[in-house]
Amino acid sequence: MNDDRLSRVFSALADPTRRDIVARLAAGDATVNTLAEPYDVTLQAVSKHLKVLEGAGLVRRTRDAQRRPCHLEADVFDLMTKWIERYRRAAEDRFRRLDAVLDQMDDSPAAGSRTEGAAS
Amino acid sequence: MRSTTTEPRNETQIAADPALPTIVITREFDAPPERVFRAFTEPDLVIQWLGPRRLTMRIEEYDARNGGSYRYVHIEDDGTEYGFHGVFHEVRPTERIVQTFTFEGVPDGVSLETATFEDLGGRTRVTIQSLVDSFEARDAIVASGMGDGVREGYERLDDLLSENK
Repeated sequence: MNDDRLSRVFSALADPTRRDIVARLAAGDATVNTLAEPYDVTLQAVSKHLKVLEGAGLVRRTRDAQRRPCHLEADVFDLMTKWIERYRRAAEDRFRRLDAVLDQMDDSPAAGSRTEGAAS
Repeated sequence: MRSTTTEPRNETQIAADPALPTIVITREFDAPPERVFRAFTEPDLVIQWLGPRRLTMRIEEYDARNGGSYRYVHIEDDGTEYGFHGVFHEVRPTERIVQTFTFEGVPDGVSLETATFEDLGGRTRVTIQSLVDSFEARDAIVASGMGDGVREGYERLDDLLSENK
């Protein structure tokens, strides 16, 4: 997944209705009509949301006869989770060094200059 | 989108809000806020942990007080330097640090970083929120973390785990 794709995924999920559609598709495939039922909007508006989700690669519409149910692409979420996990690990790596620094400070509390005099 | 795991209590948590261009990092430390705050504000302590392990860090200025500024560089083995700078909007001892942050490789980009230090009775919960100016910028930052992860690899993390435990 490249930067552009990640951006499209994040912006597709920026809308609360689209997040709700994704949550409902996570429970199982559904047609546009079924998806539109709980919303106080037109079928066209729901179709528009689905197009955005399709464009981001989050949703696929199968060619199942006339029904064309919408299907959630779970692997895209797996990729995003992996991506964020790498970022998390980079931060964790930093903070483990900070753990060690904090431990050393315990041994020699006088280490370091005072904040007010820092880099002056 | 939140990434959490059932690992030790001090594990870093990351949340990237789909509705706001923010990244929120939460981590707890086995030290009181006074000491954690010093590790965030005193340059000779900051240099020991901030920045990727594989790079050398040089602090040119780190004036952590209201209106003070900072600049530091990370240096590759081949001499390539990556500069970062910003100003401290508010430095409230043991409680809160608000600063701007620019990676000089993207000179027009600036984020607002708010670190809060919560006293857990001898321990400290640190929450760092980065508010960037677009979703694209936020996603690029998350993506850069993936690059670091690949390069540093899990071996490094294992080293640190055995060193610090």
